[in-house]
Amino acid sequence: MAELAWLIPILPLASFVFISLAGQTVKGDGDRVGVAAVGASLILSILVFVDVLDGARVSADFAWAFFGGTQLRLGYQVDPLTATMLVVVTLISFLVHVYSLGYMHGDVRYKRYYAILSLFTASMLGLVLADNLLFLFAFWELIGLCSFLLIGHWYEKRDVGFAALKAFLTTRVGDIGMLVGIMLVFFHARSFQFDAIAEVIASGQWVGPALAAAAVLLFAGAVGKSAQFPLHVWLPDAMAGPTSVSALIHAATLVAAGVYLVARSYAVFSAAPEALATVAWVGGITALFAASIALVMEDIKKVLAYSTVSQLGFMMVGLGVGGFTAGVFHLVTHAVFKALLFLASGSVIHGVDTQNMHEMGGLRKKMPVTFWTWAIGSAALAGIYPLAGFWSKDEILLSVYEGQHTALFWILVIAATLTAFYITRATLLTFFGEPRDRRRYEHAHESPATMTVPLVILAALAVVLGFANSPYSGYWFARFVYFDHPHVPEAAGFVLFWATASWVVGVGLAVLVYGFGLISRRAVIDNLRPVWVLLKNKYYFDELYYLVFVRGTVALARIVGWFDRVVVDGVVNLAGYGTAKLSRATGEFDRDVIDGAVNGIAALFKAGGAVLRRLQTGYVQSYVLALFLTVVVGLLVFAIG
Amino acid sequence: MTLSLPVVLGVGAIMFGLGVYGALTQTNAIRVLMCIELVLNSVNINLVAFSRFTADQALGQIFAVFVMTVAAAEAAVGLAIILMIARRKTQIDIDQINLLKW
Amino acid sequence: MTLTFIVFLPLLGALVSLFLPKENHDIHRKWALIVSLVALAVVLGMWGPFDAGNPGIQFEQRANWIPSIGVSYHVGVDGISYPMLIITGLVSVLAILASWNIDHRQKEFFAWMLVLQTAMYGVFVALDYILFFLFWELLLVPMYFIIGIWGGPKREYAAIKFFIYTLVGSAIMLVGILATYLKAGLGTFDIVTIAQQANFDPRFQFWAFLAFFIGFAVKVPMWPFHTWLPDAHVEAPTGGSMLLAGILLKTGTYGFFRIAFPTFPEGADAFKWLMALLSVISIIYGALAAMAQRDLKKMVAYSSVSHMGFVTLGLAAAAGAVAQAKGVGDATVIGQLLANGSMALNGAMYVMISHGLISPLLFFLVGSVLYDRAHTRMMDEMGGYFSKIPVAGTILAFAAFANLGLPGLSGFVGEFFTFVGSFPAFRTLVIIAALGLAVTAGYHLWMMQRVLMGEGKKEESFPDINGRELAVSVPLMVLIVLLGVYPALALSILDPAVSQLMLKLGGM
Repeated sequence: MAELAWLIPILPLASFVFISLAGQTVKGDGDRVGVAAVGASLILSILVFVDVLDGARVSADFAWAFFGGTQLRLGYQVDPLTATMLVVVTLISFLVHVYSLGYMHGDVRYKRYYAILSLFTASMLGLVLADNLLFLFAFWELIGLCSFLLIGHWYEKRDVGFAALKAFLTTRVGDIGMLVGIMLVFFHARSFQFDAIAEVIASGQWVGPALAAAAVLLFAGAVGKSAQFPLHVWLPDAMAGPTSVSALIHAATLVAAGVYLVARSYAVFSAAPEALATVAWVGGITALFAASIALVMEDIKKVLAYSTVSQLGFMMVGLGVGGFTAGVFHLVTHAVFKALLFLASGSVIHGVDTQNMHEMGGLRKKMPVTFWTWAIGSAALAGIYPLAGFWSKDEILLSVYEGQHTALFWILVIAATLTAFYITRATLLTFFGEPRDRRRYEHAHESPATMTVPLVILAALAVVLGFANSPYSGYWFARFVYFDHPHVPEAAGFVLFWATASWVVGVGLAVLVYGFGLISRRAVIDNLRPVWVLLKNKYYFDELYYLVFVRGTVALARIVGWFDRVVVDGVVNLAGYGTAKLSRATGEFDRDVIDGAVNGIAALFKAGGAVLRRLQTGYVQSYVLALFLTVVVGLLVFAIG
Repeated sequence: MTLSLPVVLGVGAIMFGLGVYGALTQTNAIRVLMCIELVLNSVNINLVAFSRFTADQALGQIFAVFVMTVAAAEAAVGLAIILMIARRKTQIDIDQINLLKW
Repeated sequence: MTLTFIVFLPLLGALVSLFLPKENHDIHRKWALIVSLVALAVVLGMWGPFDAGNPGIQFEQRANWIPSIGVSYHVGVDGISYPMLIITGLVSVLAILASWNIDHRQKEFFAWMLVLQTAMYGVFVALDYILFFLFWELLLVPMYFIIGIWGGPKREYAAIKFFIYTLVGSAIMLVGILATYLKAGLGTFDIVTIAQQANFDPRFQFWAFLAFFIGFAVKVPMWPFHTWLPDAHVEAPTGGSMLLAGILLKTGTYGFFRIAFPTFPEGADAFKWLMALLSVISIIYGALAAMAQRDLKKMVAYSSVSHMGFVTLGLAAAAGAVAQAKGVGDATVIGQLLANGSMALNGAMYVMISHGLISPLLFFLVGSVLYDRAHTRMMDEMGGYFSKIPVAGTILAFAAFANLGLPGLSGFVGEFFTFVGSFPAFRTLVIIAALGLAVTAGYHLWMMQRVLMGEGKKEESFPDINGRELAVSVPLMVLIVLLGVYPALALSILDPAVSQLMLKLGGM
């Protein structure tokens, strides 16, 4: 089956083509076509996964381009990492497709939504199948396009348009770094293919700062896509899109691409310790920084957005400290429980028609399925034993501990505590306590089956998935997906203690504040007002970037536009004006001096004529007299001569 | 008194003088035309006289006939022009007509 | 004979059209369309006999013209010019379709369009300096009238500016041609023969290259010779700007490929830094200037300046790669360096082709499809077109994404190859140019946000794109996708000739 892996992205692509060209001809604008295509891809992915589990490895390439004697051979490959990602992507995408049947029902651009969703899935699948940086980059940009279109789904609203623009542009900034990184890689490795690059690095032909620079530049792309500090600003705004899209973007596709890129080109990173350190520290800073903002957000989707940023930071740390398996495993588990949380929040929003948690409350009775699945998801995110999040987060902490990155370890522990706090806060504000908005509460209802069934499936997975990389399964996942050689970190009581302590403290504090009101929220805010304001404003990054980059670029553009119009074109027009002036002066000289001489002679004759013509009186008799006199004079002369 | 050549030439000279005088002094176009006829006819007399008194052939007479023919044509054209001028300007005083100026 | 037929068929068609009744507007456009279609069909018919593996000149035809000074009628195509012929044929047909509703002096308009075709085909097939120059100059005349008569409000200013600007450039080029002829001392004006046989000393190459450089740079146009372009594009009627952006700009870069680089490799070496620098300035500057525009058509015009910078960057990089290879002894390394240059050159050609498809599409959408409906080109006065005209809006978004270099569409392939191929030669400059990509993405997205998104004016409502407009857009879109997905398609024709040029530059 693994040989058919190339079909996996083709199916959704075909569905995209079909829906966009002929969607209106079938029932439901082709939504079922999309669901069926992704469903088929899911089945195919599982079959491929099983095959790879049995040791199958596939790769195929073809001459995509050639220059002189050299061919650019590019293609696809299936290895454990790819196979895992295929299943994760198709699974989440399939569930989102199904969920959207209910969530997006009756939307103005239902057809367009499903078309782009299919394209999005196809691009992401192409990205994980690519065996080279070029294809990866190509699909990377395509998912950027799709996210632009999906985030801007309700583009009539001005904010939504801006959010879409911001998402594309911010990631584009990272992409430029990535592009330069790809150029550097090709310059040294003479190939875009991961295997060939790894070979060149293994052979030791390429070492030193250029390697580290290439890795860091590639990482710049990941920073943009995975919304890491300092390019994280677009992700919370991307919440302007439909919630189902947020689930897809934040769980399995767009943001996962960055982590996947680091994992896929790990050969480059692992050969450059400086690059790994960069990855780890950027991840660590992001994990803490984003978690702290998530503490104060009022919009339920924004909490989840910052949570995603933070969790991606965890993954980056895992990869950065050498815990390849830990990072990838957290990617997988996070995909499941974050998709669950987003879809559940979508269900809530669907029910109460607001995203502000302060207008919710007490919803657990109204939406039991949503509540229970959400609870499982948030417990997984908080890292409560034995849910998926516990195992994957534990792995990352263990890797950090093993690598003896003390500072990073404490950063992550604090971030984990904050994580437990903010997600508990969100749960309590949404589902517990008294309804704060009666009207919305009355209106609230459980979502239809197309929406709840995906929730239940994801919740089940969030419970069991963690065991794939636990002592109970003999760390099966670590023996399946690894870099270089399988590595199972030894369990350490110290790590286990702090991992557990972090969620106990986080959950406990949140319950004290929001559950029982034992600690006054108001008092905390009043005492820490500067911090609170800073967090509320997201450390002012949006304002800073707007001021420096947006305003700066636009101002620069205005200056260039002015320069072009006034200076460059001015020079041209001045040259034209000067030439015209010169020609006019030449014309005057020609007219007055040269032509003057010619005209002067003519004028002389003219003046002479004017005098002489006086003789011509017009009186016939004077002429006759003249004639007569002439004859007489002539005769006299004749006679005398 | 015999009709000798000087006598005839004298008559011709008088006629010529009258004709030139009239052509230069008269303001009526008809008169000018008539005076021009006088001039022409004085020439005719001269031609005939010379032919009669100096040569045997009738050369002078033939010239005279030619001149008369031309004079007739000229008179016709001249009168036609004068008629046209008379119609346009209601007068034929050539002092007042300087169409040939410049 | 085939090429001669292609070149002179439109001219013949223009002559015939003079005898068609002036009052019957329909017959002129139909006639022009038929003639262009026949020319295109013949160009496409060459696909079969054209030997892609042969890097040399094919379909050659030669006849004495002015034997006393060695001027000959010499035409032929190779892998560099054949793709340009295809683009010329295609865009010409589409430009005529796009000009279907020209509302006055139809007879003259379509006659000029046909004359323009002859000139464009002629430039791309001419292999004699005098013949080349003749067609080069002939380009100006129809374009001058097309802009000057059927253009926008400032058409006279724009037409004269365009004419004089390019005329100054070509005057300098003529000096170069004559100097080359005299210095070569071969008694021939043949481009191929002179490139192969003449031995110019570096000093002469410097000056000759400079003369051609100015002539071509004006046409490309490279910063700072670009200011005729925004005016000409904005004022020209849609068909005119399609041909201007799609074909006429390429004659400049084509001149580098055909004449300046193969004939004066040492001149290219001397100017590579300047050329690379000006290219990068063009890329960044064009993008920033585009961002500053409120006029949609002007924005597209500046984006042309930006994109043509990639072509000249690739050309400069080829010379740069040769320079790098000079001091190296290791044959493998030399091979790699020349492969970089070859990649950059192929990338440059690819950008030419791709921009020859994308910019006509954009100009058509902006100048015709949107303008006919909204009667404005100001972005601030538009909005919500995704909702109002979904199909046209989607095509505009497609064109914008193609123009900003989205992978899967042809723009990306050329830019990517140019970048990767140029990187070893001009690292810093390429990195700076890469920053321009963010600006490029920025102004395109901002345009989409202003034009396509939002609600727009409530009272507006337009009919969506019609069949004729689709007929213009779809062929371009199909080719853009095709070339973006599988570049080997075009490279199989380009690469042999381009790689041979690269070897020639490397002195092999």
